[in-house]
Amino acid sequence: MAEYKRPENEQEFKENFKQKKPLMNDTQAHIESSRCLFCYDAPCMNACPTGIDIPLFIKQINTGNKQGAAKTIYDSNWMGNACGTICPTEVLCEGACVYNEQDAPPILIGRLQNHATISVIKSGKQLYFPGEDNGKRVAIIGAGPAGISCACELRTLGYSVDIFEAKAQPSGLTVHGVAPYKISNEEVMAEMDYLQNQLGYNILYNHPISTKEDLKKLESDYSAIFIGVGLGKTANLQMTGENLLGVHGAVEFIEELRSKHSEVKIAQKVVVIGGGNTAMDAASESARLGAEEVTLAYRRGKESMGAYDFEYDLAVSAGVKGLFNASPVEIIGGERVEGVRFVKTEIVNGRLTNIEGSEFTVACDMVIKATGQAKQGKLLRLIDKLTLDEKTRIVVNSDTNQTTNPMYFAGGDAINGGAEVVNGAYDGKLAANGIHQWITDNQRQPKT
Amino acid sequence: MSKKDKIDLSVNFAGIKAPNPFWLASAPPTNSGYQIMKAFDAGWGGAVWKTLGMPTINVSSRYGSTNYGNSRMAGFSNIELITDRPLEDNLREMAEVKKHFPDHAVIASLMVDTRQEWEDIIKQVEDAGADGIELNFGCPHGMCERGMGSAVGQEPEVLKTIVEWVKQAATVPVITKLSPNITHITDPGLAAVHGKTDAISLINTVKSIVGIDLETYAPYPIVDGKGTNGGYCGPAVKPIALHMLKDLMQHPEISNTPISGIGGIETWRDVVEFILLGATSVQVCTAVMHYGFGIVREMEAGLIDFMENKGYTTIYDFAGKALPNVTEWKHLNLKSEVRAKINEDKCIGCDLCYIACDDGAHQAIALPTDGSRIPLIIEENCVGCNLCSLVCPVEECITMEKFDDGKEHETWHELTEQNRIPNTWNDDRAGGKGHYVPEPTEALKHKRKDKSGINNKAM
Repeated sequence: MAEYKRPENEQEFKENFKQKKPLMNDTQAHIESSRCLFCYDAPCMNACPTGIDIPLFIKQINTGNKQGAAKTIYDSNWMGNACGTICPTEVLCEGACVYNEQDAPPILIGRLQNHATISVIKSGKQLYFPGEDNGKRVAIIGAGPAGISCACELRTLGYSVDIFEAKAQPSGLTVHGVAPYKISNEEVMAEMDYLQNQLGYNILYNHPISTKEDLKKLESDYSAIFIGVGLGKTANLQMTGENLLGVHGAVEFIEELRSKHSEVKIAQKVVVIGGGNTAMDAASESARLGAEEVTLAYRRGKESMGAYDFEYDLAVSAGVKGLFNASPVEIIGGERVEGVRFVKTEIVNGRLTNIEGSEFTVACDMVIKATGQAKQGKLLRLIDKLTLDEKTRIVVNSDTNQTTNPMYFAGGDAINGGAEVVNGAYDGKLAANGIHQWITDNQRQPKT
Repeated sequence: MSKKDKIDLSVNFAGIKAPNPFWLASAPPTNSGYQIMKAFDAGWGGAVWKTLGMPTINVSSRYGSTNYGNSRMAGFSNIELITDRPLEDNLREMAEVKKHFPDHAVIASLMVDTRQEWEDIIKQVEDAGADGIELNFGCPHGMCERGMGSAVGQEPEVLKTIVEWVKQAATVPVITKLSPNITHITDPGLAAVHGKTDAISLINTVKSIVGIDLETYAPYPIVDGKGTNGGYCGPAVKPIALHMLKDLMQHPEISNTPISGIGGIETWRDVVEFILLGATSVQVCTAVMHYGFGIVREMEAGLIDFMENKGYTTIYDFAGKALPNVTEWKHLNLKSEVRAKINEDKCIGCDLCYIACDDGAHQAIALPTDGSRIPLIIEENCVGCNLCSLVCPVEECITMEKFDDGKEHETWHELTEQNRIPNTWNDDRAGGKGHYVPEPTEALKHKRKDKSGINNKAM
């Protein structure tokens, strides 16, 4: 029996996809913030990829200065609200909280963060202003966390910024790829609007940059270009049956879910293939959409999964069943998928090896492939002198996020191969300062 | 019969008998017979009726508080006056309480002006069945503007005269309640004794302003946009009360007078501490205003457990036992040395001890360079000040360990007698001579580093 009933309408959808980190009220925030020890050189702060002064903002919440708290957060991280809910705080700030050392519950930093940021977003209070216009223009490819952060930072430095976004909404995976129980579309868009209203960068929607000509135009029109293109579609498994009806990529499945909610049709029996956080999300989401049986299949042992433990636990609590040491061999079916054929695996001399004759089939009517996203190599290879590493990630200078083509800077999944929103937020801000430094230095040098 | 059954909490306080030393102080919780009966039923042994006198008119609002972190009412302030109910109502209810609880102590707190008024009201409360009288010479707000309350408590001669009037009129024991709003508590204490008071109670509330409203710029509690000084009480004033209690109990002319301790008492530990400094009954107000009469359950159970563990059967077995250990600074042993020790297994790595010591004390704690967060005590720099152990959020993680061999004993007093104290500006005998302190410019090496290297707009 499934844990969740199929949601028939938006209200039932919201019930099934209840926010994992709901907004704290003032009382909760006061009690929770009172527990903070204000550690010296706080481990939570050091664990935050954007280095937010966490003890400070918690103290500000405790003293009734929510606006000051929000300013502290946004000073370090332009995606302050999204990161509060989406970040895997269990392994970042909250995981580093010293209370863990004595088995006391860590401070709920993410939720406190949202308590402050939501408050200023709702009030619309302007905390930041564009810098004095310096006459320079910067183009940003992609309005994801990295691109938006880069734009915000550049605007405060006085640059004019145009963001070219292939889709119709900003924030990238925040709105298209994150599980709905982590953040709602409305909440994501409220922060996007809040930032854009204050800083006034342009976003050109439905405007993909995909050709050499597009790039040439940017290079001639702008002083610098930031690449925040993220990753592409779900990678192919190169397996028989992959094109059958009912076989979906996780990224595409989640994107549809984020926009269509209860209108997404889930099958009775779903097999999710993969062991990363996206696989956990897809499995958990399938269960919450009312699938009778959700099997999470991973070719290695449970302990080898890339997913965080808490993400797996969340999937299990939604009714997902784990199937480990099972490698997919073939997706079977006529026109529609009817099952997945697996072979059992074991580690022999440190190598993952199929056990001969151990094939078995799991019947299903839907398969979700969560085996990684394709890289944006096609576009990136159109850029002159842009060095990519062996995993098709853009190589950058880690102090400035400048690429090997000096007018291009980059950040987010395009340079790390797929990480968190918070990493993109950090990269975008870093790159903006790199751009500013590079342009300023160029101006100082006499032209020869 | 268990040891617990042998424990007898009853007291005979200057002739006022009560089943236990837990009394309600004269305050809002003793405003009516209803409240006092409810309190006795809940386990309180006595109650000092909210001060009777010429009925007053009160303001709205009346209370303010000091909150600390998540703790409400760490300190509490009020600007309420003595009773605003007619005397007749109070007396009728008092008689009723005594009828239901003949063995409990009902004490009438009084505050009037002329000698005639004192004589009249004493007669009336005695007729109503009061077991004792408490003279309110402490109220520091409102009533003192009319020459009563702390206006009396601050004038030892006036205080003595009124005590004498009362003693001549009263047949029941008289307790004189003192104000802490004075430089030497022994001055009014001695005056009360000279006036032949039967007992003393202290402290009344401390003159205070608990805070200012940041919208209206008025002090709390706000009455139509204005405020006045209040009387401060609650846990925050306990240290002041303990000190004044000690001062009286160590005074040779006062120490034989029973003292009822008041000031921030909320738990059994507070009760035991007051008794150890000589109090033989305790009075409580703020804790009841915060948690209700039921709070006495914790005090009573804790006191009984303490007495059982220590083998005491009455509170008189340990009353005043801490007094010999409270001495003057000049008699403390300068050769005694303690130093901090960090229990690595308990340390959670908050490093508050490090920063407290480095910024607020003696630069005697270092951070490890291996990336762990367990700080190290620099023994030669540690002066044993306790600060690290006080800020440490983990119980028993930082302990102060004895470092001397216990053989040497030398006090400032002895050094003075032997003419061995520092007496030049750069005396070699200066206690901190040679003690390591970093060079001033070392301070700038600690500049907060911006870990990301990204511009921070807050800066």
